[in-house]
Amino acid sequence: MSSTSDLTIQVVEATPTQPWHKPRAEQRRDALVYLALAVVAYAIVMVTGIAGPDGFALVFFVEVLLLTILRSRGIGKAKSTNAIISTVIGAGAVVAFAPWMSIFVSLVTKGFHGLYVGYLFHDMRVTTPDDELNMGGVGHAIIGSMLMVLIATAITLPLGILSGVYLTEVRGRLTKVVRFVIQSMSGVPSIVAGLFIYTTVIALTGSFSGFAGALALSVLMLPTVARTSEEVLKLVPEDLRAVSYALGARQWRSSLMVVLPTVRSGLTTAAILGVARVVGETAPLLLTALSNNAFKFNPFNGPIASMPMYIFGLLQIGTEYSIARAWSGSLVLMLIVLALFITARRLGGKDKR
Amino acid sequence: MHVVYSLGDRIFRRVVTAGAVTSLLVLALIGLFLFARGVEIFRDMGPKFITGTNWTAGSGDGIIPAEFSIGPMLAGTIVTSLIALFFAVPLSIAGALYMEFFAPAKIKSTLVSMLDLAAAIPSLFFGLWGIQVFSSMGERWAALTSHYLGWFPLFNNELGIFGRSPFIAGLVLAAMIVPIITSVSREVYSRTPRELVDSCYALGGTRWGAIRAVVLPFGRSGVVGGAMLGLGRALGETVAVYLLLNLVFKYNFNILESEGGNIASLIATKFGEATPYELKALLAAGFVLFLLTLSVNMAATAVVQRTAKAQP
Repeated sequence: MSSTSDLTIQVVEATPTQPWHKPRAEQRRDALVYLALAVVAYAIVMVTGIAGPDGFALVFFVEVLLLTILRSRGIGKAKSTNAIISTVIGAGAVVAFAPWMSIFVSLVTKGFHGLYVGYLFHDMRVTTPDDELNMGGVGHAIIGSMLMVLIATAITLPLGILSGVYLTEVRGRLTKVVRFVIQSMSGVPSIVAGLFIYTTVIALTGSFSGFAGALALSVLMLPTVARTSEEVLKLVPEDLRAVSYALGARQWRSSLMVVLPTVRSGLTTAAILGVARVVGETAPLLLTALSNNAFKFNPFNGPIASMPMYIFGLLQIGTEYSIARAWSGSLVLMLIVLALFITARRLGGKDKR
Repeated sequence: MHVVYSLGDRIFRRVVTAGAVTSLLVLALIGLFLFARGVEIFRDMGPKFITGTNWTAGSGDGIIPAEFSIGPMLAGTIVTSLIALFFAVPLSIAGALYMEFFAPAKIKSTLVSMLDLAAAIPSLFFGLWGIQVFSSMGERWAALTSHYLGWFPLFNNELGIFGRSPFIAGLVLAAMIVPIITSVSREVYSRTPRELVDSCYALGGTRWGAIRAVVLPFGRSGVVGGAMLGLGRALGETVAVYLLLNLVFKYNFNILESEGGNIASLIATKFGEATPYELKALLAAGFVLFLLTLSVNMAATAVVQRTAKAQP
């Protein structure tokens, strides 16, 4: 028997292993392999008749697929099927995401050179679409869009919030119908909204106007605002309502003074998402607000420009400079949508705390 | 349970209900007005409004009678939308599966926000991108398809001109509806009970094994709902199709040929210089489009809401 002095304590420090992660060396090797495959694909595209980014993607995909098949020999059917299908799903995802990535990139690369300092502050009164790109701008279109969107928000925000409150607080007999109709309404084609306002408002007033355009946008905006309001109101904990009832509040006081104020920023998000949804709509304005070339601040009097109609009009002219202007306008519009989105995200995060 | 509401509550409930009912009213009014203005055309043309082949405003003095039929445009609407669905659905499923099960956690949240943003890209941009960036690529694909599969009537193209065809418009529509289908599908896939997926792994299943056995069957109706929402969008799209297709008023089932159109782009094209009678025909066309998209959307909504309810 050994004495106690022989007893040594051996400290074994276990290095954490992560068997589900590939080791560094293997990752590095894989990266090199893919790089080599990309080079080979590029060479094939250069040499043969297969051309363009789509050709490159196709060749690269075939290479990766072949590699996967080769590698997965002898590891069993289930595993090799898994490897092959994973590759296919990855490729499908890349193709699914490629168009809008391409749109973002094209907006920046093609829209960038038409921008200059005055672009946001000038209108097209003295500038023809064919003039050099350092003249004229989208100022009038931004103002027009802003006016219409403001009116549309003023109309849809109360209605949308009321719908949301109906669905979550009042919960009357029509709850299911209202929810169903709002959801279906979000699929009304934008041109149909335009036609509707044309046959009603414009037939009545006899002239195209920004106000008519705003009404058409409202039809498209209402479902988004109503649905987002409902989602936001659903997040309010039931306890809060119970507490306010326990304190003796009636339903109306509880709803107006407890529930709604807690989701204030969520409701702002609803409005912003609604705006983002309609600010780029062209078709309804084509039938209601039309367009013009100069700054205009009265939405009730005759045609008025907007961002999408500005872009659409330039596209139809189709000359080199007009198309460059269309891209620049689109870049500005996309940045507006992006800004709205980021704001909505920021605000949306607030209520959840 | 019978609840007695105070006066304040009753007023509050009335006001809120009125606000909520407004949306029902708007939808009903859209249908009603379009129908009321277009009913004269339905009466004059009868079933030929749907099945005929001509759209002529006539000479105005009655020598050449006006004749309106949306047949070819209705066919064009359906053809372009089906092409869009054909490409968009598999790609969206791949995209949704990738985001939910394959993407590294770090880039997943970025992808989700980008997907939200992509769903908000105005359709005008898809039209712009379609003609300026994508169409040269699409034309090459069309030429290849016609070269190898031209013996099949659908892909026949005698003129050898491939631009501005239903095929290209359909592809751009596919790109347009991928975000909505992907986000609905991903939403449903993400609600797959975690323990079911884990038990697949525990039984020694691979990732694909778990997806095939659990996730895909679980998400099927959600994907169908998403696809129908996408279909609704594609059916009613105006500017992208207007910019991407030569509006030629005839039935065209050779999808690679440069002619076609859909109802929405017909309305946008003819609206500017329409005679009062033709305007009524356009409103009637709008009514048909409204019914078509509304029925597709209602079906989609029913499917999606039923799926949502089935989840715990």
